[in-house]
Amino acid sequence: MPSLDDLKKRIKSVKSTQKITKAMKMVAAAKLKKAQENAEKGRPFSDKMQNIILNLTLAMKDDTSAPKLLTGTGNDKTYLCVLLTADRGLCGGFNTNICKLAKKHFRQILNDGKNLKIISVGSKGYDQIKKEFSKYVIEKRDFKNIKNITFDDAQNIGKIILELFENNQFDKCFLFFNNFKNVITQVPKAQQIIPAQEIDNQSKDQNKTNYDFEPDEDEILEDLLPKNISTQIFKAFLENAASEQGSRMTAMDNATRNAGDLVEKLTINYNRSRQAAITKELIEIISGAESL
Amino acid sequence: MAENFKFELVKPDQFVFSSEVSSVKIPCYEGEMTILRDHISLITFLRPGIVEIDKQGNLEKYYIEEGTVEFNNNNLLVLTSTAEKLVELDKNKINQILADTEKKLNDDQISDKEKYFLTYKASTLKQLS
Repeated sequence: MPSLDDLKKRIKSVKSTQKITKAMKMVAAAKLKKAQENAEKGRPFSDKMQNIILNLTLAMKDDTSAPKLLTGTGNDKTYLCVLLTADRGLCGGFNTNICKLAKKHFRQILNDGKNLKIISVGSKGYDQIKKEFSKYVIEKRDFKNIKNITFDDAQNIGKIILELFENNQFDKCFLFFNNFKNVITQVPKAQQIIPAQEIDNQSKDQNKTNYDFEPDEDEILEDLLPKNISTQIFKAFLENAASEQGSRMTAMDNATRNAGDLVEKLTINYNRSRQAAITKELIEIISGAESL
Repeated sequence: MAENFKFELVKPDQFVFSSEVSSVKIPCYEGEMTILRDHISLITFLRPGIVEIDKQGNLEKYYIEEGTVEFNNNNLLVLTSTAEKLVELDKNKINQILADTEKKLNDDQISDKEKYFLTYKASTLKQLS
């Protein structure tokens, strides 16, 4: 049985931990609101961009002249995976979930005998994959010094990817990030960005509008597709930021509750031991008096 | 009014402008273009320049560096990464971007297309300052 002093110390330390987790929860909640707003504001842009590209591809008559970004290089050899994670921990399963999904994909790619290249954005993700996959990582970035990630940051990552693509360094490119569904659920997602995903059947049924293209389709696509890459990355950033805060908030909420339970248990223990000590002393006094 | 159509100017992180307008002038890749109601469906992209929005007589101007345009069913959509309201753009910033642009223009490494873009950027900025 631990002594009274030890129990007292433990209760105190759990209580101060609880204070920290509670504060972190509040901060995450405040940040979440902003991140969520940003994510929602960013959605129209990427959705509409997708829509335009869809309309363009529907209008393309000749597939052979289409830019490679849309149709792919024709090969299926080298995969580039972009892993987007947070720079900070203490956010529940946020980073682990993305890494789990990514690792599964990585192994699959390697098992199929294909080449793997990884760009890691965010330091926590790199920490988790470096043991197994560090030799495949060709580039790593983090945003520890930047408070708000802007479109420019996404564009920079996009530029790296495009440059690699132009030098024929890879055939397919995937993005790994957490999709923000709501505060409690975030779904890790793998999205193919190069070549641009095939059009799903539902949108194919839509009525085709005859567009006037100026200049012609190819040239617009050539201008638009690189932009789309940056847009998709930016969208992933925003989704990730919202997910991170949401995940942190729930994790810290749980931690605060657990700490509360623990304090309760320890207090009962403490009171019991204190009572036991008092009773013991009383018995000693009484039996001492009786023996006189 | 029957003469109006919907115009949306969207940046990656926000809606810059979204309202009914009577006409919009956009600096297209192949020349300036004014869009009115019932324009033919169109997809094109922009060079640096000024977007002029006529909102029932009120003129609003935005400086943009690039963008993509879609017009369909009397909905005009402009996607751009840079859109600054002209009245909010201050002189120092304009001069700074202009200096940067001119520096880039003097670089021999750039492609013709880039040069084309940068020339327009410089001339638009000169107009503003």
